Amino acid sequence: MISPLRRYLFSTDHRVIGIQYLVLALVSVTIGTLLSLLMRIHLVWPDRIVPFHGPILPEDYLALVTIHGTIMLFFVLTTAPQSGFGNLILPAQIGAHRMAFPVANAVSFWLTAAALVILLSSTFVPGGSAISGWMAYPPFSAVASAGPGQGAGMDMWLGSIAVFAIAGTIGAINTLVTIIKLRCEGMTWDRIPLTVWGWFTAALLSIIAFSVLLAALLLLFCDRHAGTSFFIPTGDLVSGVIHAASHPGNGSPLLWLHLFWFFGHPEVYIAILPGLGLTSMLLANFSRRRVFAYRMMIVTTLLIGFLGILLWGHHMFVAGLNPYAASAFAVSTMAIAIPASAKVLSWLVTVWRSRPRYTTAMLFSLGFVSLFITGGLTGPVLAQPILDEYLHNTFFVVAHFHLIMAMAGIFGLFAATYYWFPLMTASSGKSGRMMSERLGRLHFWATIAGAYATFLPMHLTGLMGEPRHYAQLIGVPNAAGHLLAGTLPLNRFITWSAIFLATAQLLFFANLIHSLFRGKPAPPNPWQATTLEWHPALHPNAPAKAAEERIVVYRQPCEYQSTAGEELILPQWSTDAIPNIKPE
Amino acid sequence: MPTTITPTSTEPKPRRHLEDHDHGSGRRPPTDKRTGGGGDNDNWNDRPNGRRGPRERLVRYRMGIFFALASDLMFFVAIVSTFFVSQSTGHFDAYNNFVNEWSPTLIPPILWLNTAVLILSSITMETARRRMFHEVDVMDEWLGLGKPITRAAIPWVAATVVLGIVFLVGQWIAWTQLAVQHVFFLSNPSSHFFYLITGVHGIHLILGIFSLIAALAGLYVSRSLETRQIMVDCAAWYWHSMGIFWLFLFTLLVFFQ
Amino acid sequence: MIPFSIQPGTFALSLATWGLPFDASVHGPAVDRHLLLNLWIILGLAALAHLILLVGLIARRRAEATSWRVEYLPLAALALLFAFLTVRAERLWAAARYTGADPAALQVQVVGEQFAWYFRYPGADYTFGITRPQLVDAGAGNPLGIDPADGHGTDDIVTSELVLPADRQVDLRINSLDVIHGFSVPEMRLKQNAVPGMTIHVHFTPKVPGTYAILCTQVCGLGHYRMNANLRVLPPNEFAAWLAAKQKAVQR
Repeated sequence: MISPLRRYLFSTDHRVIGIQYLVLALVSVTIGTLLSLLMRIHLVWPDRIVPFHGPILPEDYLALVTIHGTIMLFFVLTTAPQSGFGNLILPAQIGAHRMAFPVANAVSFWLTAAALVILLSSTFVPGGSAISGWMAYPPFSAVASAGPGQGAGMDMWLGSIAVFAIAGTIGAINTLVTIIKLRCEGMTWDRIPLTVWGWFTAALLSIIAFSVLLAALLLLFCDRHAGTSFFIPTGDLVSGVIHAASHPGNGSPLLWLHLFWFFGHPEVYIAILPGLGLTSMLLANFSRRRVFAYRMMIVTTLLIGFLGILLWGHHMFVAGLNPYAASAFAVSTMAIAIPASAKVLSWLVTVWRSRPRYTTAMLFSLGFVSLFITGGLTGPVLAQPILDEYLHNTFFVVAHFHLIMAMAGIFGLFAATYYWFPLMTASSGKSGRMMSERLGRLHFWATIAGAYATFLPMHLTGLMGEPRHYAQLIGVPNAAGHLLAGTLPLNRFITWSAIFLATAQLLFFANLIHSLFRGKPAPPNPWQATTLEWHPALHPNAPAKAAEERIVVYRQPCEYQSTAGEELILPQWSTDAIPNIKPE
Repeated sequence: MPTTITPTSTEPKPRRHLEDHDHGSGRRPPTDKRTGGGGDNDNWNDRPNGRRGPRERLVRYRMGIFFALASDLMFFVAIVSTFFVSQSTGHFDAYNNFVNEWSPTLIPPILWLNTAVLILSSITMETARRRMFHEVDVMDEWLGLGKPITRAAIPWVAATVVLGIVFLVGQWIAWTQLAVQHVFFLSNPSSHFFYLITGVHGIHLILGIFSLIAALAGLYVSRSLETRQIMVDCAAWYWHSMGIFWLFLFTLLVFFQ
Repeated sequence: MIPFSIQPGTFALSLATWGLPFDASVHGPAVDRHLLLNLWIILGLAALAHLILLVGLIARRRAEATSWRVEYLPLAALALLFAFLTVRAERLWAAARYTGADPAALQVQVVGEQFAWYFRYPGADYTFGITRPQLVDAGAGNPLGIDPADGHGTDDIVTSELVLPADRQVDLRINSLDVIHGFSVPEMRLKQNAVPGMTIHVHFTPKVPGTYAILCTQVCGLGHYRMNANLRVLPPNEFAAWLAAKQKAVQR
């Protein structure tokens, strides 16, 4: 008799850990969204007073920006797709019953949870949270007197991210060994679903990138507390105090930028790669079509991963980088547009003339495609240094990464939730539930309208010159004030759209809670899917004996057949085709 | 009122001796030479989980250690690249002269001795690791005929632990020697790196010693031959990697300042 | 006429130029042309992709397309397009950054600190004086820490607005006293981070007289949003008069 504590809290069952990660991500995304709403409201109505807090001061605003970015990128977009859905679904999709290292799995979750707690607690220390953005450029982040929150708040930020980096590495090791070694019979590398290829590549990137971040954090910590000057130049004069006296040596702030962005760029690919794979699979599933050019999609996934390590300098075109190096990074950055475009083309061809089933998961996958196109096309613009010179650190960049990473990533997560909800809610002996399609469709349309309404105008305000991290747009003196004031009409529209977008997510919460208790019972394979997570023996409600059953894979996923007007699906695990009848 | 208290067990728990043989894994022998029947590479992966050959678990743990070490390598690469960047940065002083503040830290000669000790410890560890897989003895142990491989490996693992501690003590002596010369962590950029590099490597080695001690404990306590092999094997690969990292870092400190 | 950036009422007009502010530099129009080319192209591509998506979803179900041409030809076309844009961009970048300023360019130093920009002119001897961080004292009128012992520093002119002559190349040397700042003049299409410990040179030629905005574009602390200055571009003779007046004031 396992105590409930052991079973639900410290479980080493990958499904439980997956749900734990998803709950953590849900909490994080809620907090992150609320923070962003506070930011948007303050920008256009700076006199508004927050209940229990008072007016939002510049340090509050910058703290909001920092925590918003850190939470969303690390605790939502890195944990939910890779560790949340990865743990939940990966073993089943390759025919395994567990992950390779279950105890390490639990350890990495609890480290992630600890990291979140440390980050959120930084709000309560003297000085408040760090205000240097998620990028934490020194010397601003290295000298405590450079601003409020750069003392204890910055240390807690460092600690939180360091713990997260360790947790991420452990999780990535688990994922890699599972994919390489625990595949079932017949599951060759070219039969692995593209979602698994996404998790695989993201895990490889994690192995490489997180350690470099950890090293950078260690060096920054030494600069802050051990009197070194890895990043602080000689004679740095902050708040009236010259740093050189107690800190010998001439540091280079540019070194931090190199180390950080060497991690930071692969990080954004880690965030989006699982979504890329999932979108291919879902589009194919609901169109009853094979994924167009499957092998090429595998190659593009790996290529995006590999190239992603080589282009960190495009964040540094105007940061003091040698202009020749800037040109080199421009070329490598432009190069990654090719595999990304290949993916988009494959999606377009897969659904071409397919009359798909418009389930909510399908709608969100189509939304992912749309957002990836729109957000992705501004990438080549920013990849050209002469253009980035004008657009760097303006809202054009904010629009770019919010559309292609934040919104597309979130759409991938929504699609995954609606799609795998039957598996998430199934347990031994009990069938799973479906989420409400009606609420889901409403949620989709509201969200995509809100997403475009919020982020498309940001391209324009960025082109007008509006910089990032500005705590105030109104009441700024000089010619700069005129420039900023000119962006206000658009900014007001953006804020209203953001409020609408955030409110629309209540539909998702309502759907989630309603479906948990009153959702329609799900048939064993409600989406007529061909991938292994829907195999009866791997289903969460399979009896314990099913663990002994021999699972063999015969073909690639998403194989379909139509003979004499009848459409058949060929699941990966079965020797014969089964009719593709939409379940009621 | 009867006040007898029934003892919970009727026999005293036997003390576990090294000679208490376990019965292996109860499955096929760990030195199974049967092929997977699939030609090249034996197709072991294309079999149900649990029937993937005699080294199924070992290979998984080895792969886990491999990826962990790959990640660790990136950590050291980041620090080493900072090392090189710091060597060449300077600033223009008030008179427009380029001033480079890198004054190399002369390494205490004891570091050569420490390096030799670490190499020796890798040799002892490798001996222990190979003893764990010596086939004739593995079969004997698996069949329950005593514990030849465990008996053979324990002294070598213990020797590695001792040599590892000697290395760490030697590093500490090197630090105190530098401190006597008034070269502290904060003295100048190159001393930052000397202490940082040796310190970070030392922490990794302490973790390695913990894993060796865990392996020793496992050799005594664990009832599965396979688990004992895995613990020693993984500790050994980690230990060798730390040795190789040290050789590289040592070369940097000696020749590349 | 003072060409501030977007004025109310000019918004409708500026949508054709995507909201870009007035362009007052010599190199700017070429950059703008390239930027607008990029923007119209990606708008077209986005529309085209969405159109293909919608048409594909609406059209009647049919057997799959299997020709490699469907994938590889568009991909090759996109690769050529991106290569073309990159080459054009690289030419502009090389022109702006690969070579240093003209030796006859006006030398001005830009110094950023939390939370103000200072500008220094070398004065009649065309040489900047030595600065020391220990001597920085804005309250005493020496915000950059110019060393009084150094002869070259006595005629340096320090201002908090950047005044430049039209049609003359200026070589800005950008420094920072404390943290990384971003020196940005949107209407000159110019941006460069000010990194402490580094001196970074950028050069450009202002063309249209007027008052323009200088912004900070790298988060540097509480005052980041109000760390701005005015760039005043004057006709050459007015600039000479301004400079002469400043030099006389310094000598007194």
